[in-house]
Amino acid sequence: MKEIVIISGKGGTGKTTVVLGLASLAKNAVLADCDVDAADMFLVLDPETHHTESFTGGKLAEILQDPCTACGKCREVCEFDAISEDYVVEPLACEGCGACYYFCPHDAILFEPQYTGTVFHSSSRLGPFFHARLNPGQENSGKLVTRVRNDARAAAVEQGKELILVDGSPGVGCPVVASVTGADYVLVVTEPTISGYHDLERVFELMSHFKLSGGVVINKFDIHPEMSDNIEALAVGNGFDRLGRIPYHAEEVISAMNNGQTVIEAAPGSPVATAVADVWQRLKARLAEETE
Amino acid sequence: MRIAVASGKGGTGKTFVATNLAALLADMGEGVTLADCDVEEPNSQLFIKPEIMETIPVTIEVPVIDNDKCTGCRLCSSHCEFHALITVKDKTYVFEDMCHGCGFCMRICPEGAIGKRDKVIGTFLKGQFGRGLFMEAEMKVGTELATPVIKFVKDRLPSGGVVILDSPPGTSCPVVETIQGCDYVILVTEPTPFGINDLKLAVEMCRSLKLKFGVVENRAMEGNTSVADFCETENIRLLASVPLEREIAECYSHGNLAIRELPAYRYRFVGLLDAVKEELGQ
Repeated sequence: MKEIVIISGKGGTGKTTVVLGLASLAKNAVLADCDVDAADMFLVLDPETHHTESFTGGKLAEILQDPCTACGKCREVCEFDAISEDYVVEPLACEGCGACYYFCPHDAILFEPQYTGTVFHSSSRLGPFFHARLNPGQENSGKLVTRVRNDARAAAVEQGKELILVDGSPGVGCPVVASVTGADYVLVVTEPTISGYHDLERVFELMSHFKLSGGVVINKFDIHPEMSDNIEALAVGNGFDRLGRIPYHAEEVISAMNNGQTVIEAAPGSPVATAVADVWQRLKARLAEETE
Repeated sequence: MRIAVASGKGGTGKTFVATNLAALLADMGEGVTLADCDVEEPNSQLFIKPEIMETIPVTIEVPVIDNDKCTGCRLCSSHCEFHALITVKDKTYVFEDMCHGCGFCMRICPEGAIGKRDKVIGTFLKGQFGRGLFMEAEMKVGTELATPVIKFVKDRLPSGGVVILDSPPGTSCPVVETIQGCDYVILVTEPTPFGINDLKLAVEMCRSLKLKFGVVENRAMEGNTSVADFCETENIRLLASVPLEREIAECYSHGNLAIRELPAYRYRFVGLLDAVKEELGQ
């Protein structure tokens, strides 16, 4: 079994469009949406959810006003200035370290795991599908990402599936790290813009930090062909495969999305669908090499 | 006046809106600060091209264990919520990348065996572009602490003039840290099912934080009224629509500002600025 995680660094480069296209071609893969801040795969997959579960993440402190004597100990030990002068914890500032809870001499502090989101197990026309929704403003999306990946992996083992396709999140922070650690292959979808290039440099830094390898797909390559060449050179220099280039056809991609279809389902022979099919062929060949 | 530019979905054009708006204000001679709070992938600098005057490392205090004094009691490692400490026999080891710098271990150690040192988690930059002030913080790759890096920028914002904050995408804690305390939030979206779905989440976030906000539709397509319809139903002001044009994608890909390269866009951004000012009663 192989787990492929698709990330992008920069947001909006077409990550989800590529994941959905690959899912159409792979057939029989397990799908996971780990972009828990902005999970959108379900809009196209139209899944049938058969299991819903609330998810509790990290802990937060809460001060009980009755036993509190306003002695000041909690405010003294809080490195994050999360406790106000009138002894109320600001949930956003609280990092959940538990120092106040431990040092409070009057047992006036609760320190409980927080309800941070919801996990969904579903079936879809393209395979078993796992996703989550993070409650707005919550942290610990890394833990929720890990949970979605673990659930997808368990299903793949149980159902004897060969492939897991994971839609990761943008950026290089906590949710991305949780998406890629331990992945078999990381596919980076980027675009030939000055910001796409800059973000990709940071993605490669992250990949080398975690000793991960993978390949690069350039979406909208023709809006700046020289930049596309530079990106591929950067990829090769970092030991990443060149998996393909997708032309800029905004209308085609958006019309597929509007119809709730992947680019492959909407127009199999179109320029975008053909480019995605090429990426799939290269990816398959690459994974076969690794297995040998 | 603090205006945050945010979006649920990534890549809808936050940086595009923030940089053009800031450059327009600077051109008009207004006191403006552009603060790039997208610390995981800060890109405003590529378009604004400021002259950097000051660079400050952003640090947290991480523990340093004196293993001569450590008795292996495990008090620190069993209480670390971030799993940044592990005790093996009578020695304790620190995983600095996991550490949030809470200092709990230093306080709890009965042997006084835990000291501290500064660990760099990001870099803060300050500079100038024309008459505008530029600030940025970049989170160091491999660390996972975006929020303290954002807080470092927010603690240094000037109190006067217009401040434009380029937010990270999404709706989780780094975004909330960025937009909290702002006078207005511009939510940038695009007329696709993904764009609308993520806009809904961003609207929910702004409402729960009780922030004033409006919407900019980027990559608008003739005949597609999905963003306008959503705004009308939800009673949200649609501040501006920027059409889907290859020309603008190419301009952006080269790191150029639309208000300088394409006169029609300057016009649109003047309109956006007027709409925001009107919303704020100015």
